[in-house]
Amino acid sequence: MGYELGNYDVIVVGAGHAGCEAALAAARMGKKTLIFAINLESIAMMPCNPSIGGTGKGHLVREIDALGGEMGINTDKAFIQSKMLNTRKGPAVHSLRCQADKQLYHTEMKKTLESTENLDVKQAEVTDIIVENGKVTGVITMTNAIYRAKAVILATGTFLRGKIFIGESSFMSGPNGLAPSVILADNLKKHGLSMRRFKTGTPARVLAQSLDYSKMKEEKGDEHIVPFSFMNDSLEKEQISCWLTYTNENTHDIIRRNFSRSALFGGEIEGIGPRYCPSIEDKVNRFADRKKHQTFIEPEGLDTDEMYVQGMSTSLPEDVQLEFYKTIPGLENVRITRPAYAIEYDSIDPLTLKMNLESRAIENLFCAGQFNGSSGYEEAAAQGLMAGINAVLKIDQKNPFILDRSEAYIGVLIDDLVVKGTNEPYRIMTSRAEYRLVLRQDNADTRLTEKGYQLGLVSQERYNKYLQKKEAVEKEIERLENTEVLPTEAEEFLISLGSTPLKNKTTLAELLKRPEITYENLEAIDNYPDRLTGHAATQLQVQIKYAGYIDKQLSQIEKFKKLENKKLPQDIVYGEIEGLRIEARQKLDAIKPVSVGQASRISGVSPADINVLLIYLERNRRSGNNEN
Amino acid sequence: MESTIAAISTAYGEGGIGIIRISGEKAKEILCGIFTGKDNLEDRKMIYGHIKDPENGEIIDEVMAVYMKAPKTYTKEDIVEINCHGSTVSLRKTLDLVLRMGAVPAERGEFTKRAFLNGRLDLSQAEAVIDLIRAKTDKSFDVAMDQLSGHLSSKIKELRKSLTDVLVDITVNIDYPDEDIEEIMYSDMYNSLSQINDEIVKLISSAGTGRIINEGLKVAIIGRPNVGKSSLMNALLKEDRAIVTSIPGTTRDTIEEKISVRDIPVILTDTAGIRKTDDQIEKIGIEKSKASFNNADLIIFMVDASRTLDDEDMEIASYIGERKAILLINKTDLAREADTEFLIKMMPQCKVIETSMTEERGIDELEDEIENLVYGGQIRQEESLIVSNARHLQLLRDASAALGDAMKMTEMEEALDFIEVDVKRAYDLLGEITGDSVADDIINEVFKRFCLGK
Repeated sequence: MGYELGNYDVIVVGAGHAGCEAALAAARMGKKTLIFAINLESIAMMPCNPSIGGTGKGHLVREIDALGGEMGINTDKAFIQSKMLNTRKGPAVHSLRCQADKQLYHTEMKKTLESTENLDVKQAEVTDIIVENGKVTGVITMTNAIYRAKAVILATGTFLRGKIFIGESSFMSGPNGLAPSVILADNLKKHGLSMRRFKTGTPARVLAQSLDYSKMKEEKGDEHIVPFSFMNDSLEKEQISCWLTYTNENTHDIIRRNFSRSALFGGEIEGIGPRYCPSIEDKVNRFADRKKHQTFIEPEGLDTDEMYVQGMSTSLPEDVQLEFYKTIPGLENVRITRPAYAIEYDSIDPLTLKMNLESRAIENLFCAGQFNGSSGYEEAAAQGLMAGINAVLKIDQKNPFILDRSEAYIGVLIDDLVVKGTNEPYRIMTSRAEYRLVLRQDNADTRLTEKGYQLGLVSQERYNKYLQKKEAVEKEIERLENTEVLPTEAEEFLISLGSTPLKNKTTLAELLKRPEITYENLEAIDNYPDRLTGHAATQLQVQIKYAGYIDKQLSQIEKFKKLENKKLPQDIVYGEIEGLRIEARQKLDAIKPVSVGQASRISGVSPADINVLLIYLERNRRSGNNEN
Repeated sequence: MESTIAAISTAYGEGGIGIIRISGEKAKEILCGIFTGKDNLEDRKMIYGHIKDPENGEIIDEVMAVYMKAPKTYTKEDIVEINCHGSTVSLRKTLDLVLRMGAVPAERGEFTKRAFLNGRLDLSQAEAVIDLIRAKTDKSFDVAMDQLSGHLSSKIKELRKSLTDVLVDITVNIDYPDEDIEEIMYSDMYNSLSQINDEIVKLISSAGTGRIINEGLKVAIIGRPNVGKSSLMNALLKEDRAIVTSIPGTTRDTIEEKISVRDIPVILTDTAGIRKTDDQIEKIGIEKSKASFNNADLIIFMVDASRTLDDEDMEIASYIGERKAILLINKTDLAREADTEFLIKMMPQCKVIETSMTEERGIDELEDEIENLVYGGQIRQEESLIVSNARHLQLLRDASAALGDAMKMTEMEEALDFIEVDVKRAYDLLGEITGDSVADDIINEVFKRFCLGK
């Protein structure tokens, strides 16, 4: 009954943010790749907020970019507002966030997919995967077409058995009114994947013409735009504003009166929602003493009048939504175009995945994005990229590409998911990273571009650019360290900044370490013609200013690496290791950590168990030697 | 680089002579920092000198020290051994100094573990090493639980809770710049950090054997009349001071003696027992017994092996309840009549020692146990919080140092993310003492306390 329609190296199921990165990575690494979407208009769709980046998330985008991924470049093409957050805090937590034109983001990504060599794009609903001898070998679509592949990547987002809740109503649906993927959900369970149910939600979209901005506070983009991609040194664009307004007691009263009509409190939703993205009824309920909650009104794009009402996601019925939205200053005459909804979907338990995002149950089956229990476009894209890379490496029988917690936020994200697991849709945060001072967004290229190049993912152009920048930064640091300033030369400049005048001559590098001095304002006393700008200038400044802190963290990383480098073979039967406690044996057998360091992060594995593992490894190493 | 570890490598009770062993890259450097004979050091040569506290110049002990260069040593690392000739107290003080100089306390079995991992020991010895590690956890877990069941544990948890609050504020400020959240005031944060640090400093200064050395360990001996309490007291006193006869109730009053057991000052109280009586004078004695019992750091419960257990024994046992005590089974030279097994089962938390005062058996073991309890930190401390575990002490010191750094940066109004690194470190170190070390605590707390959402 089925019919063959093609042979591929890699097939990607789902063309959201994870799927797009996965497919592009595989194709760019030379593999014949096919990507499926239920609807091609949903390629790189942003069904929730129109922004990309933010704390932690912005770091992920930079890392994706540094490795040769697409999200940074595509965001630079599509953003309509750009802001560097946290600039008053340390450089490690400066975070870039853009408002994107959703339509443009989709169109640009679709164009990129279509024009990428080795990559086919198809609209079809994948309904099953083909598994032979524990190994995935292809997929089947709704129309019984069979596509063969050496590796399959699942990136189904919120489509899998998607169910939307609006007040007392609920119905099977993917995000944004698209068709859900139900048959595939059933079949994945049949194949023995360990699935569970998560939930998320989105606020209503409203018409800009129905809003009164005079009652809101305008939030403009940054005057000086910092591009996401390391490929763009600078970008000039006209920016669109966001608008800030607040709920009030009236809003909360309406919400309270209608608690019983919310799907959330009605007990119908079984999925677990993220705590960091609560619905407005949840906020009103849990923080009853708060008199107001803020909401940003954000543009969905240039060619649409629709606006996103940030912070107001809800599963209250439409009449209540309209009633309480209208109590918000500036929204008195609001017209809703799309109601807020909650959506439930199937996802896999990430503890059943390997570090390369391959399923432990089915060989060559890779998983990425919301399907793995994460939330957010950026988290999805990061996993997609890594799944794409690793699918290719697996086909080529090469070692997996794994980033550890000291190398990238991507490493933190995947290590958290795969080793610790998650009980709610997982969001990255800078506080999840132990080595935050080193994992900065300004140095993502220094950390990762070389690796991306070796994988064959980073273009020669990007690589050359990176090398040039690296050399320029090194040279400039050397110059600053060797250029001396006399007290008289700097006096006026220092006094103008409220900084203490010099007593003795010093170097420019030393001066730059003062909090009130930046590389930029240092120009007043440094008339060198070839001063750096853009990404390079930022990186140089951070490197000099914070050298002490960074060194401290580097020595912590050295310690961390020691245990991380003690590899645990994947065929160890922990149940047979004498001296391990039962709980540790079970956990280790289930999770199969790749290193002793990773084992130490598993809950239920004690320091003594780690010692036992070390002894075990040494014993194995020596008996191995004896045999040889 | 592996950390440099140190421990007292001789058993207790060797007349105050003991060896401190240090292993690791910094072993020699640490010795040189505290040893007056450092200029004479040569590989594998025993050198005479004094251990001197570099901070205040205090001479702690007269010692012989030897430095053995890697790799031909037990652990295949640089090893230093310091033979201390003074008292147990000075041995402890020397170890403490070594730790302050940058060594970390060795876990039990750690020298052997390193020897094995560094390829020194035979393969067949791997099992033994695992046993050592295992024995350590099971036992030290109990010890840790014991020590931490009391006020110290809750104190540290409380401090950690306060640090959580600071961390939550920092985290929310960093990770949610757009939310409607009050900005952190550096002065408030400084005050919180300095309060927490003050408390930690207090713990450190009361640490070790501090209070016990100053005030003495309060030991109450309890048991029914004529069980041999006075004889025990005499045995520990090593002279006849209490009246010893076989007529029950001779000791009508509580007798208090200050003695020294293995250099540990001990205030020994011989109680009049707690049996019910109509005798008015005896009643007063019994009240006093109960009072000294309640105030004691350590209880020695004596039973007579040659007589069957009676109501009073049971009453005492239930009075002790779950408190830490030593169950002393006396008169084991006579035929056994008491169902001591029953008692042992009833009081599983008690260390059991069999003695015979007439044959002077078991006294050494009792003295060992007192010493272990003091230095091992198993004594219940109600009023003053005492840190008596070298590892815990070191963790507290490190936590305080990290907080000091954080305070300095707060004063300079440095960026929050830098300050967070040191606050987080202090938080983790305290967590290592109580065994809670989950960073998710903070994230959970963030969502509990703040209303955040996209």
